[in-house]
Amino acid sequence: MNRRKFLTLMGSAGMVSALGTAKVAKAGVHTFPYYPDSYGVLHDATRCIGCRRCEEACNAVNKLPKPEKPFTDTSVTGTKRRTTAYAWTVVNKYKVNGKDVFRKLQCFHCNDPACASACFAKCFQKQPDGSVTYDGTQCVGCRYCMVACPFYVPGFQYDEAFDPLVQKCTFCEPRLKEGKLPGCVEACPMDALTFGRRSDLLNLARARIAENPGKYANYIYGEHDAGGTAWMVLAPSAAAGKQDQDAKDAKEEKPVVKNHEDEFKQLGLDRHLGTQPMGELTYGALGAVPMIVAFWPVLFGGAYAISKRREARFKAEKEAHVEATKNDLAAAVDAAVRKIEETQGPGAADTARRAMAEALKSREMTSAAEHGEDK
Amino acid sequence: MADHSIVIPTRDKLFNIREFFTPTPGNIISGIILAVGLVITLIRFTCGIGAVANLDDNQPWGLWIGFDLLCGVCLAAGGYFTTVACYIMGQKHFHSACRPAVLTAFLGYAFVVVALLYDLGHPLRLPFMFFFPGTTSVLFEVGLCVATYLTVLFIEFSVAPLEWLSCRFPWLIKWRKILVMCTIPLTIFGVTLSTLHQSSLGSLYLIAPGKLHPLWYSPFMPMFFFVSSMVAGASMVIFEGMLAHKGVHHYMDKTHLREADEVSFAFARAASFILFAYFMLKLIDMLVQANLPYVFTGYGAWWLVEMFGFILLPALLYAKGARDRSLTFCRLGAVNAVTGIVLNRFNVSMIAFNYTLPSAERYFPSIWEICISMFVVTMIITVYRFVVYNMPILYEHPNFRDGH
Repeated sequence: MNRRKFLTLMGSAGMVSALGTAKVAKAGVHTFPYYPDSYGVLHDATRCIGCRRCEEACNAVNKLPKPEKPFTDTSVTGTKRRTTAYAWTVVNKYKVNGKDVFRKLQCFHCNDPACASACFAKCFQKQPDGSVTYDGTQCVGCRYCMVACPFYVPGFQYDEAFDPLVQKCTFCEPRLKEGKLPGCVEACPMDALTFGRRSDLLNLARARIAENPGKYANYIYGEHDAGGTAWMVLAPSAAAGKQDQDAKDAKEEKPVVKNHEDEFKQLGLDRHLGTQPMGELTYGALGAVPMIVAFWPVLFGGAYAISKRREARFKAEKEAHVEATKNDLAAAVDAAVRKIEETQGPGAADTARRAMAEALKSREMTSAAEHGEDK
Repeated sequence: MADHSIVIPTRDKLFNIREFFTPTPGNIISGIILAVGLVITLIRFTCGIGAVANLDDNQPWGLWIGFDLLCGVCLAAGGYFTTVACYIMGQKHFHSACRPAVLTAFLGYAFVVVALLYDLGHPLRLPFMFFFPGTTSVLFEVGLCVATYLTVLFIEFSVAPLEWLSCRFPWLIKWRKILVMCTIPLTIFGVTLSTLHQSSLGSLYLIAPGKLHPLWYSPFMPMFFFVSSMVAGASMVIFEGMLAHKGVHHYMDKTHLREADEVSFAFARAASFILFAYFMLKLIDMLVQANLPYVFTGYGAWWLVEMFGFILLPALLYAKGARDRSLTFCRLGAVNAVTGIVLNRFNVSMIAFNYTLPSAERYFPSIWEICISMFVVTMIITVYRFVVYNMPILYEHPNFRDGH
């Protein structure tokens, strides 16, 4: 068993446990998607040819700065690129079992977005139309949204000195409001991007998978991943690419991957995100906050009371002990003096009493000095 | 008394800052770092974060969060740890350690906020989190707790400046009395807030299970961060005591000197136990999450280095130091434990973060980021020195020996 296979196995174990928690979560208040009529886009990676028209359209409609290399240069798809503050969508080339497959990356517009859950100034909002919008006017620039995003989507304007903001695909929300399609969807010449209601898109995706046996991996990426996303991806089946490869070099037979983990992994999509929204992972910890606020003062107040009480008792015991010792001493001195008086007369008794009293006093003073410093 | 050598500011000579102007190596190095830091600060705030930092879209949180914030907050845990031990648990012989610990904690938190301003895109909008509270965010909780706790620490600490200034402004004595009466409630409030945000710093990363290596990612991260903050608190008191004995020994009174070693031994013993518990927690967590196979990978080796070299080893050093009453071992343990905490925070925030990315896309801090972090640390040390030179931190003010 090689390492990757092992990690895959580990991952599926993780998936199982994640599914377990998701079931529990379903019993709770909310179910997904929040907005059943919301829109989404289905990206069919089998149709994408990597022409970068979507990138060009995105750049134009959002008035982003022109990149160094023109959009007609498709060679850049060969190097792995990610979305940045100035490129809200990118198309990359992946090898799926030896075959070139292009995949578009942009904000997935999660049903319950990690960025919105992570933002401490409420900049992100899941809109009823399906888009996840960002309001930069209240952004503090902490970039926790970027840490939180499981898809590595939001970019930050590090070069901006005075008003740096987080930037990402907006789902062309202003265009949607005007009744237009998102820029990239409109520009796609291959119909690789389909805009529609999310529920319809799921049916469409299932139909495509069913009607083209062997063409697609039987999994709609984004249906449940990270709690479900508005933008979803169909990947080509690993077997489809494999047949060509097998024809070329009839190598050893590999078992068919049942859970289609491989296709998505090779397509750079993380299948291990689980089915719960990322934000829910933090809710347990956040839920403990009121408990600690309520209980800690009682706990530590109690500890204080105990130590205080112990101190008082210790002090009382010590005082009682000192008192008893004092009484004992006085009684002993009395007895001794009486004895001296009987045997040597009252004069000697007086001297002895004075000497003993002085000795006791000086001892007391030295011990008091020591004790006082110790306080 | 032997305390006569301590310079106690008087009504006529309120400031005792001559030590800053002697050309010692420490002063010269501090001066250079502060000068360089000011220049970088200027560049940062006029040309943007990208001009000085290697931060990128994949690694939005780098050294400034990983060191200045995560380590800064954690290493300032000595404040709550010492005050709880002394005032709540009744360990009165730790009293002389309380003020230095509270001072370090206060400075630590204050400069965490300063360092944060470098990292934030819109530093002036920091208070926005109170106007638009994103209550689902762990960061909101961290921010709220840190802001509140900083206030608590300020109040706890302000007794010392009040004592210092009261020789010129006698009306401050009344305020000091009120603050001293608040010690217990403030301490309890402080430990509550500390528990919350120390653990929440770990919760911050709960949202990124795909990015943080499984050996470090755990649903129990909040607990790990809190437990290790106790270790950090105890270790920092010992570590800082060691440094203070080198640098500002002549500001310590007899009580402080007599109690200092005892504090070290007691804290070493406590830290030793907590480190063992922390080690077991991490070990069991690894087994329960079925991460054992990861241990035999490259990251696993690094994880073992952290576990054995920086958790178990300091625990043993502390145990030996406390048992044999050997200050050397206690101090070795403290240095080891503090490095271990820093290493852990670096692992979570940088080294094991984004572990799936190819090395070309990984982050390494720029020299200027490191300079800013050094600048912040130097600022803390400089302010610490100023406070210690002027205020009754390491000695009891002769006018306020009213017992405790």
